[in-house]
Amino acid sequence: MDTIYDVLIIGGGPAGLTAGLYAGRAKLTAAIIEKGQDGGQIALTNDVENYPGCNPEGESGVELIKRFSRQAERFGVVRYADTAVSVDLGDEIKIVNGHNGQYRARTVVIANGAYPRKLGCPGEKEFSGKGVSYCATCDGNFFEDLEVYVVGGGDSAVEEAMYLTNFARKVTIIQQFPYLTAAKSIQERAKRNSKIEYLLGYEVQSLEGDGLLQKLTVKNMETGELTTLEADEDDGMFGCFVFIGSVPETEIYKGQITLTERGYIPTDEDMRTNLPGVFAAGDLRDKSVRQVVTAAADGCIAAMQAEKYLAELS
Amino acid sequence: MLIEADRRTFEAEVLQAEGTVIVDYFSESCVPCMALKPHVEELAKQYGDKLKFVALDTAKARRVAIGQKILGIPVVAVYQNGEKVEELVQDDCTVEAVEALIKKYY
Repeated sequence: MDTIYDVLIIGGGPAGLTAGLYAGRAKLTAAIIEKGQDGGQIALTNDVENYPGCNPEGESGVELIKRFSRQAERFGVVRYADTAVSVDLGDEIKIVNGHNGQYRARTVVIANGAYPRKLGCPGEKEFSGKGVSYCATCDGNFFEDLEVYVVGGGDSAVEEAMYLTNFARKVTIIQQFPYLTAAKSIQERAKRNSKIEYLLGYEVQSLEGDGLLQKLTVKNMETGELTTLEADEDDGMFGCFVFIGSVPETEIYKGQITLTERGYIPTDEDMRTNLPGVFAAGDLRDKSVRQVVTAAADGCIAAMQAEKYLAELS
Repeated sequence: MLIEADRRTFEAEVLQAEGTVIVDYFSESCVPCMALKPHVEELAKQYGDKLKFVALDTAKARRVAIGQKILGIPVVAVYQNGEKVEELVQDDCTVEAVEALIKKYY
């Protein structure tokens, strides 16, 4: 790519798209690199009800994010379908290397988010796609009339558990703490759903089966006792959906951008990282609240600060 | 060309086919699947002279998919003379990995 953009945005989720929209509107030349479908994590969810201004009757993440994408495009943001493989952000002209070419810009907004945290237990990798899933909207359908376990206790786990009751005949939430951490209104709705049961205070130890997932062993966190849950004989298998949080996707920035111990990018209030002209926005930032609305706010601030930085340069 | 199979034609198009068949298991509600599919269509154009490319909407062919041990998508699988010999599942199903897999059997 011959163009040296004013702003190069890595990631097309809510943070990146908002940064693009604001940069474009400020008449900066801006480009977004996104490896998959726009939206990142939010695009996988069936029902978003807490993004301010979203459809009050609820809407899917895809529907919501489509509007973000259209807004960014309306303001002339260039889109590249590519994956950022390596970066060189220390100089005046920042470089991002993708599979399809090299991208150069005067400022960069790192907004490529996070990926689902894995259980890390034996059998998890083996049964991925054979019973283990991290995406209810992708795989719920396979478990029509079967039993399903959902591991986790936060908003995502409980919301996706409710979504899965559209397919499964029984959904059991397995949570390591003796309580759920999901918002109260979500917990209440789940309580009214007769298809949902709970195993609170249990941790998944291992997953087994013969080609497809058939056994799940849990440990009682208090007593240490192990229990193996087996698939119903007629079913022959069950599902295990994992919603235990996410891990920031910041491998490629190691050695250049300061990262916290857990891999998040610390910034100041203006989204500035340790490198001049490089900003971070969204879930991969070191912060306490990770929601679509805070990601969008980050993206806006990053773009406006990038504009200020560029004005000060010239 | 990417042939769209369904639960009735899958047997003939994949399991009874001779040679190598690349199968893209997807569903329309699966966002990563829908992001991948256009790339598979492109690859089908590029490598379609020697390999057969088939796509299956698993939402409309659930039992067929489960019968092929597919319980999570996206999956891109390689069949040779009706037998599944290799597959890329979910997170492993990047565009780059899919192209590398196709090149291996080309």
